[in-house]
Amino acid sequence: MSGLVVDAARCVGCRRCEKACATAGIVVEGRLARVTEGCVLCGACVEACPVGALHIEKGAAADAADLAAWQGVWVFCEQDAGAVLPVVFELVAKARELAAARGCAVTAVLGTGADDVALGAGGPADAACARLLAGGADAVLLCRDERLAQRDAEPYAAWLAELARERKPEIILCGATPFGRELAPGVAVRLQTGLTADCTVLEIDPATGLLQQTRPAFGGNLMATIACPAHRPQMATVRPGVFAGLVGAGGAGDADGLAAPVVEDLLARVSEVALDPRATSHVRVLERRLLAEGASIAEAPVLVVAGRGIGSKKNLALVRRLAELLGGEVGCTRPLVEMGWLAYRHQVGQTGVSVAPKLLVALGVSGAIQHLAGIGGAQTVIAVNEDPEAPIMAAATYAVQADCVAFAQELTTRLEG
Amino acid sequence: MHVVVCVKAVPSTTEVRMDTVTHTIVRDGRQAVINPFDTAALELALRIKDAAGEKGAPAEPVSVSVLSMGIPDTERLLRDALSRGADAAVLLSDRAFAGADTLATSYALACGLAQMPPADLVLCGKMAVDGDTAQIGPEIAGALGVPCVTDVRELAEVGAGRVRVWRGCEGGTELAEAPLPAVLTVAKEAADLRMPSIAGVRFGERARVRVLDAPAAGADPARCGLAGSPTQVVRSFVPQRTSVAVRVEGTVAEQAAQVADLIEGMTL
Repeated sequence: MSGLVVDAARCVGCRRCEKACATAGIVVEGRLARVTEGCVLCGACVEACPVGALHIEKGAAADAADLAAWQGVWVFCEQDAGAVLPVVFELVAKARELAAARGCAVTAVLGTGADDVALGAGGPADAACARLLAGGADAVLLCRDERLAQRDAEPYAAWLAELARERKPEIILCGATPFGRELAPGVAVRLQTGLTADCTVLEIDPATGLLQQTRPAFGGNLMATIACPAHRPQMATVRPGVFAGLVGAGGAGDADGLAAPVVEDLLARVSEVALDPRATSHVRVLERRLLAEGASIAEAPVLVVAGRGIGSKKNLALVRRLAELLGGEVGCTRPLVEMGWLAYRHQVGQTGVSVAPKLLVALGVSGAIQHLAGIGGAQTVIAVNEDPEAPIMAAATYAVQADCVAFAQELTTRLEG
Repeated sequence: MHVVVCVKAVPSTTEVRMDTVTHTIVRDGRQAVINPFDTAALELALRIKDAAGEKGAPAEPVSVSVLSMGIPDTERLLRDALSRGADAAVLLSDRAFAGADTLATSYALACGLAQMPPADLVLCGKMAVDGDTAQIGPEIAGALGVPCVTDVRELAEVGAGRVRVWRGCEGGTELAEAPLPAVLTVAKEAADLRMPSIAGVRFGERARVRVLDAPAAGADPARCGLAGSPTQVVRSFVPQRTSVAVRVEGTVAEQAAQVADLIEGMTL
């Protein structure tokens, strides 16, 4: 049995636990805390207790020998239109660090559809494998199967789960892309293991050897470090751009310049694996409506983000012009979407899109916490706001205290000139 | 056709207030609400029901149930869902469910689904605003062994054993088709939840909310709550944001000149 335990010898009846509890799960009676039916084991009181009188007790741990059988770090390699996504190389680079700490190997796991089945050796899948190996993977597990062509997460999840059962990786990393966020839970539930979404820090705890997974919760207002001590594999997803800094100049898997014998050597580390005959794809994509070229703000290298401070809808033309001059896209804060000035797909933030541009210019953005939660991946943030105390000004790389419209006009004129 | 909407009670704000003395999160005084993404899922379900009730619609009637796992007080939110048009409500509430991570939560919800008339469609919000993992929908689908379509923006068609939806994809949206039963996770923009009618409010007050504890849900205690959760929170902390911003001073023209130089120096 597991639950919240009160150490009566330590409890001083200060009631901080009572105040910290959102569900009336703990009450203080006669200067001693008592756990009630309302407790949801959220741990808030454990954090709040100044004398360490509370702890959450967990049931029996798994057999250590069982856990030791799981070794190696896997990276799921998502592709789009035949190209491995940049997030995969970011994860391979992170996996290298983790593998070094664990003394194990990094395996890239790549599934590919019917086109590649027909093309076979020397096709795009081979090129992808070479790039992954050049980018830091020790080995590649490759599955060529028509059922993987549709980008339906179900057969992918069945495949990865089966493969993991058989080969027992200690850790599986997956990009937190729309597809990855659908796939990873499907794998975790099939393996009955833990999964931590949207990690921003991944490291090995030197004492326990466990993967420490740190992620934001409550819209970035709270960070939580999560471990998966007694189940394997330990699974985590990571948003694109979070580990972009780890990918060196030559580390992005550039295999194009490699000599043929080197590529051949690399490809010797690819093992082909089969997909279970019972795995089926049920979801079919009938039609796609793509937005204008490059209009996805999630992947844009440059973003000009407009906030309420731009004052009027007509100033959006200026924002667009600036974005165009910088070769970027237009983003905005939630109020602008609510006022109907821009479509939802432009919304940056917790309930909109998380972005990771190289440059983000924030015009008249105050920097509500939900918004800041969505721009954590930006490399350089230039914030323009009349209010020097606006939260965005502290979160930015460069703070420009100015009227954002006048500033945007000046900057546009300069860039045009 | 039976549509089940999974809803979660979340704090009405994700703002985190700190106790300056203890440096811990102050959680008191917050009113729980239905997760905003789940309200969009509920509205989609109600629209399916409305469409089936229209003249000339195919004969198959649609009923909408809401399902939640939470503390007894969550019943209040389920009654709210009933007042807005849901037909039935089930609440999984038991100490054994407490401390659940996404795996244990999806297990409990799957147990709850097994206690209800078979669902043709299970709708979840795309994510919850407090945890924002977006894992529950796909995990339920995996637990049930049915297809899952995430990030649904618009319902195109449902019936004849299949569902067609527009969902978000890289660079746009796509029309996806899945056979029923299926799990859909719904984006917030998909729909705004309607207001309750007077009759609805009365129904919400009188209707029975089925409350199931773990044994009644047929749930294995070892797979529920903290005991059934592979992940554990090792520690939690409030991120420190220190001001390191470089201030760009001068007149607007001077500031713009400096920023233009900065941008020129970057490799974009």
